[in-house]
Amino acid sequence: MTVKHAELTQEIQRQAKELLASGEVAAFLGFSAGSLPMTTRPFVARTPQEAERLVWNSFCTVNLANYLPALLKSLEPPRSPKDPPPTGPLPKVGVLATGCWSRNIVVQIQENQVDRSRLVILGVPSRGMVDRKKVLAALQGKEVLEAQEDDHSLRLKGKWGETELSRWAVVRDNCQSCRHPNPVLFDRLLDAASERQAQAPFSQIEAIEAMSSDERWQWFQQAFASCIRCYACRNACPLCYCSTCFVDDNRPQWVGKALNAPDVLTFHILRAFHCAGRCTDCGACESVCPMGIKVRLLTQKLSKDILTLFGAEAGMDVSVPPPFTTYAPSDQNPFECDTCSSKGKKE
Amino acid sequence: MPMKIRINDHQLIQWIQGLITKFQVFYPLQDANSGVVHIQKATGSLNSDAILKPVSGVPKTSIKTFFMPQPEVIARFSIAAQDAEAFVLKEPGTALQTQVLLNIRPCDARSVALNSMPYAEDPYFQKMLKRTVIIGRPCDETCSTCFCELVGGSPHGTEGMDLVILKTEDGLALEVLTQKGADFLKQNPCAESAGLQPTPQQQGGQELPIVAREMQKKDLLALYNASFWPQIAEACINCGACTFLCPTCYCFDIQDEVAGTKGVRLRYWDSCMFPLFTLHASGHNPRGQKVQRVRNRFMHKFKYFPDRFGPVSCVGCGRCVKDCPVNIDIREVISLMQAV
Repeated sequence: MTVKHAELTQEIQRQAKELLASGEVAAFLGFSAGSLPMTTRPFVARTPQEAERLVWNSFCTVNLANYLPALLKSLEPPRSPKDPPPTGPLPKVGVLATGCWSRNIVVQIQENQVDRSRLVILGVPSRGMVDRKKVLAALQGKEVLEAQEDDHSLRLKGKWGETELSRWAVVRDNCQSCRHPNPVLFDRLLDAASERQAQAPFSQIEAIEAMSSDERWQWFQQAFASCIRCYACRNACPLCYCSTCFVDDNRPQWVGKALNAPDVLTFHILRAFHCAGRCTDCGACESVCPMGIKVRLLTQKLSKDILTLFGAEAGMDVSVPPPFTTYAPSDQNPFECDTCSSKGKKE
Repeated sequence: MPMKIRINDHQLIQWIQGLITKFQVFYPLQDANSGVVHIQKATGSLNSDAILKPVSGVPKTSIKTFFMPQPEVIARFSIAAQDAEAFVLKEPGTALQTQVLLNIRPCDARSVALNSMPYAEDPYFQKMLKRTVIIGRPCDETCSTCFCELVGGSPHGTEGMDLVILKTEDGLALEVLTQKGADFLKQNPCAESAGLQPTPQQQGGQELPIVAREMQKKDLLALYNASFWPQIAEACINCGACTFLCPTCYCFDIQDEVAGTKGVRLRYWDSCMFPLFTLHASGHNPRGQKVQRVRNRFMHKFKYFPDRFGPVSCVGCGRCVKDCPVNIDIREVISLMQAV
């Protein structure tokens, strides 16, 4: 394991143990080692002994904020819907948060999904997480039986022999284009702040924007053609907490449920729009996609638009309301259609 | 009567090329960019290398899509008021031609045999089964996520295949396994294949693997109420990656889709991970919580299925192990269930 990540693993275990032993938190949310190379498993430690299983490495790709609402609720005393909400302090949860995950926690606080006073956030400046699919592609599909990471390289072994890859070359797209690797909300920071900041965070988006609308339509159809509608992207997303998603509704049924292209595309485009102004580009949707679809390009385009039109980035500050929950007469409102050039009604 | 013949590389390729002109042929190919293997439709530009030496690694999606299309139109109807036959369900009238699945791994082929058990009387599945010829290929190379032997399969198993291409000391051999395979070969001869007869099937079925016999003996409620389910479910995000990639997850749902005055009745994949799964009309769902859904997936495969049909409903292909977003490893769940 990389020296930096080995240190962090020790520190996370130490602090989680201490929080659990002192009773400050009832549960600690982190990762345990996975059963395959380059995997981790979201893991809840409830005793100091269990905290010894916590790990930190380059493969912590799932967004932990996604688990917080249900975990917090599970620690509340059981009650029926008609009972009044519990009074008095409720058990707390300790959680690890990188830059993007901490921003998701901010969004969750703003949207009343989590209670800040019940969280102990251990901030971890992120060095970027590795994309297993990039590793697979770099090895032309050869299976990895053992992966060791150093600070800047990955040593991979298989039946085919062994090789070394530059770690940064296989870091996820969203981490490579990240401008906020440091937690924005935390109780303790486990490491010195990172100084990395992507110079061209929207380069992938700009390449798509440069296409003609016909080309973009082709790209969109092609890019999502292999979707199997497993909804891993939606379910790994901390923003997707609707009790009934529009695709699961069947009375009325908004969208067909199988693999007909219009239904698949409708799901993806609507899901992305639901995340506008809220997405922190954590990349969980893309990391969990079993089909290797570049799911986050849709939400990243919307993040770019939100930044351009409203000067806003999701979850940077609890006290700043998200752009789509406020209205100001000075808001950008061009409604220009780039295919027919017609403009919306002007005041 | 011989059951297999020797063929050389040239004869095999020539035969496949002939098949492509008559049928839809699908075979595993590796994507050069991602390194991922997909089962793809063979076109005129055949990848001979990938046919002669099958790509290693389990294809991303299983072959169940050829037996349970996603979606499948099972009926058509009209809702036009003036139509005398409005709301009468009619056969979809889809012409079903023969499809050939080539270089299929033993695990995937076996999944068809397992799925045939619950679908023995399912007309749609049976129709698909009838139109499909599976030409299998033993696995020379297994992955670390493969566990076919644990669940009763083998890298050299032929269950579910109609024909199998074998490697011999000095080339290849084509073996006939079923009457369907023999008939297919009669109509589409390969080299000296005239007169080939299917290998006699084992009498009385195969012996069940230990895991199936163990699970059959276990008390259903002891497994159902086991204490480990919440821990297994804790990380689960309730997506359908496991069930949709799984070759032996066969649950489906049915919906009508109407456009204008015309409607189709669609059968499409369901997943026990999804909120609509087993949702009652009353609004009650006996599997309303994540832990209940996760438990159902494993209980179905390793308890309900063996109790009803004998084998476990898993072929050990390892797809769910590889692609679970949160690394829920079915092999660990099997061990936990075995220990109850």
